[in-house]
Amino acid sequence: MEQLIQQIINGISLGSIYALIALGYTMVYGIIKLINFAHGDIYMLGAYIGYFCMTTLKLGFLPSLIAAMLICTLIGMAVEKIAYKPLRNATRIAVLITAIGVSLFIEYGTMFFVGAGVRTYPEITGLLAKRFQFGSMVVSMQQIMIVATTIVLMTILQIIVRKTRIGKAMRAVSLDKDAAQLMGINVNTTISFTFALGSALAGAAGILVGVYYNSINPLMGVMPGLKAFVAAVLGGIGIIPGAMIGGYLIGIVEVFVSGYGSSMYREAVVFAILILILIVKPAGILGKNIREKV
Amino acid sequence: MKKIALLLTAVIVSIAVFAGCTPSAGNSDTIKIGVNYELSGDVATYGQSSVHGIELAIEEINAAGGINGKQIELVKYDNKSQEAEATTLTTKLMTNDKVLAVMGPATSGAFKATIPVAQQHKIPVASGSATADDVTVDANGVKEYAFRICFSDSYQGTGMANYALNNLNKTRAVVILDSSSDYGKGLAANFVSTFEAGGGVVVAQEAYVEGDTDFNSIITKIKGEDFDVMFIPGYYEEVGLIIKQAREQGIDVPILGADGFDSPDLIKLAGASALNEIYFSNHYSSLDQDPVVQDFIKAFEKKYDRQPDAFNALGYDLARFIVDGIRRAEKLDGESVKEALAATTEFNGVTGNFSVDENHNAVKALVVIELKDGVQHSSERLSMD
Repeated sequence: MEQLIQQIINGISLGSIYALIALGYTMVYGIIKLINFAHGDIYMLGAYIGYFCMTTLKLGFLPSLIAAMLICTLIGMAVEKIAYKPLRNATRIAVLITAIGVSLFIEYGTMFFVGAGVRTYPEITGLLAKRFQFGSMVVSMQQIMIVATTIVLMTILQIIVRKTRIGKAMRAVSLDKDAAQLMGINVNTTISFTFALGSALAGAAGILVGVYYNSINPLMGVMPGLKAFVAAVLGGIGIIPGAMIGGYLIGIVEVFVSGYGSSMYREAVVFAILILILIVKPAGILGKNIREKV
Repeated sequence: MKKIALLLTAVIVSIAVFAGCTPSAGNSDTIKIGVNYELSGDVATYGQSSVHGIELAIEEINAAGGINGKQIELVKYDNKSQEAEATTLTTKLMTNDKVLAVMGPATSGAFKATIPVAQQHKIPVASGSATADDVTVDANGVKEYAFRICFSDSYQGTGMANYALNNLNKTRAVVILDSSSDYGKGLAANFVSTFEAGGGVVVAQEAYVEGDTDFNSIITKIKGEDFDVMFIPGYYEEVGLIIKQAREQGIDVPILGADGFDSPDLIKLAGASALNEIYFSNHYSSLDQDPVVQDFIKAFEKKYDRQPDAFNALGYDLARFIVDGIRRAEKLDGESVKEALAATTEFNGVTGNFSVDENHNAVKALVVIELKDGVQHSSERLSMD
């Protein structure tokens, strides 16, 4: 029983990371129907920015988190402006291929500047290094911090999307871009803002992973990026609460497969879920089946 | 223009003249040895470290008069960490440069690729760090012109199983292996068979793949088992994280591993406080008080201004091993050097005393290093007779 609870705790911390990345995928898809494959690499950049803040600038965790989120916001907006905006009226496949190109560019560009090797975060001391023991269960302060940060960020996101003017604009654009434009909404600003929000969350995920696992490298965004994509599809791509549910589900499934089955099948199961969901319910858990008008 | 034409003629004439000469290196004033290492590319650190060791050794030997008055000349090429390039360079060293022996490459795959060339030209190749099990011998028997001076991967697995049983008195082990590399699988298989043959029980065996970062679920799973020692055959990138996460979850049993643990990054990944009761096998330890080792460390620090690592030590030994073979060779040709190398006994190296067995492997002791708070606390030589 204790082992089960411990595994669920492990799964929730892992799932939080997936959920944070999946949110960016889903928001961008919701608004311009693009699967932004460069999103996992923004997450990687977040980890590196956090690393330089904490080692070179000797900042604490919170200022580093904010710095990583801010810089990732700018990078996300720049990527949209440079790579995707000129293709606004191009075919979807052209934009998708561009996204893959951007992804490779960021990965190997980073490798050029910082080297291909693994880097390690400075050792965490003080409050964040604390651990709580319940019987044989151990919950680390870092796990609590990951889950707490994720929940706080998701709440802020919900408030922005539900309660603010720009959030209303986002929802309007995702519903019908042309109609929104006719109503006087600046579509370009709205899309740019969506990229900004998604990239900030990915940046946060990056630094959280850096602190938690202590190991970062230029290709670290590839796998979590793909898994977060699966999470977004599982929850229903384009639907924000779906990304959260999908993220946590994938995290817990992964932990259970390696905890009760074999860790060798972990990745296979995640991608089997993707195939299954696409066959059985392509709209995802929270998705409604909308018949496409011809 | 005229000058260039003249130069060209001179070159062509000299080639024509020298082409008629006997290829034996014995006629010149120097003895040429080839150096074929990974100086750039994926595993450039291995190659560069090995070459640093080799250059130090040759410098010392030349300063002491070389081989019977002849100076040694190294012909050094970069194989860019590519197997095909390594093979081409070996051919080039043997046919163009007429070397007497070739050192390198550092990794097993690249080294194996060069062996057919050596067999064909009857010139020995030797590696300091090709540890895969089947490097010098396969189903067709021993590869006559291939040598190595390090132990094999599986030897480390066997050695650490004996260490767990006899030195640490542990009987219940958990194995977490890197299933994406032959290294991890080979070590694990040998550890398990030796450990069980010696009366131990392997209570659980888990696997991961290169690049994984989250091991909490595996660790939570094994935490329910009753065990007193862990064996993690893998490389430091993942091992560091496994140790960190295991210690965080309260697993405090001794953790055993092999030379994949040997990196200054291990302490950065795992944190000093997690690195207690860690034992791993390695080729050499700077704590070894043997005068050969201490002299080497002093000389190395003087030349390069840093502490030598295992690859430096292996490179140093490799160069001395080759020179020792050339000294004892009856004639200065590939075949005689091969005979002399194969007859090496009781070679006194920085990485231990060794003899070459019938399979051209070095028979030597493992060095087991204990970490305390992340630093090397003690080391002992573990011979297996």
